[in-house]
Amino acid sequence: MKVRLLLFAHYRDLAGHDELEFELPPGSTAFQLVERLRADPRLQSLPATPAIAVNHTYASLSVSLAEGDEVALIPPVAGG
Amino acid sequence: MKSRSFLRWPVVEVSAVAKITESPIDLGALVASVQRRSSGAVLLFVGTVRDVNEGRAVSGIRYDSYREMAEGVLTEITTEAATRAGACAIEATHRIGEVAIGDASVAIAVSTPHRAEAFDACRYIIEQIKVRLPVWKYEQYADGDMQWVRGVDPSGNVIRP
Repeated sequence: MKVRLLLFAHYRDLAGHDELEFELPPGSTAFQLVERLRADPRLQSLPATPAIAVNHTYASLSVSLAEGDEVALIPPVAGG
Repeated sequence: MKSRSFLRWPVVEVSAVAKITESPIDLGALVASVQRRSSGAVLLFVGTVRDVNEGRAVSGIRYDSYREMAEGVLTEITTEAATRAGACAIEATHRIGEVAIGDASVAIAVSTPHRAEAFDACRYIIEQIKVRLPVWKYEQYADGDMQWVRGVDPSGNVIRP
């Protein structure tokens, strides 16, 4: 299954991309996606358990992803 | 239409509006948007860009956001505040993109029948923005340096399904 991954702020700078597409085995969790990302040398400094959102809603890393999901890694927020 | 007794209860108006915008925030229009005949208190909070942060001279800020999500989260926050406050009108706006020193980056207008609920709602909204709104600050300094401002991990501050 394909999922879209969005990166923002500091994480986007690390990756050098604001959007990536991943082909994952069906039933993969968000945590497994993060582990795969961290295998990339540029993204080794990502936290092991970053905040994430799936389809615009904060989600747990244990959530199972589905075809076409939009997953975002949410760096520590600094609005206001 | 047939009238039913429960529909004759006093109407408690609750209105919550949230916006993410690249344009300067019109503070007068924001206040006007929450004024009601039933308002006894109208409160405006404005967060502005400071010229100094942690001892360094700041020349400007660029706000980045996950816009589609930020609109939803700000709507959730204002709706939560409205639910807690009861009768009220709320409008909150967060600006994104380049924001100059002294300009408003966030503004919250709240009106309620009495002042206590307005202060509570306004405080709740700004504190929740700080810990869960997916927005990031890129600070540009007078010496030419720039960096992402250290933020708050939203993990502990959101209810997850």
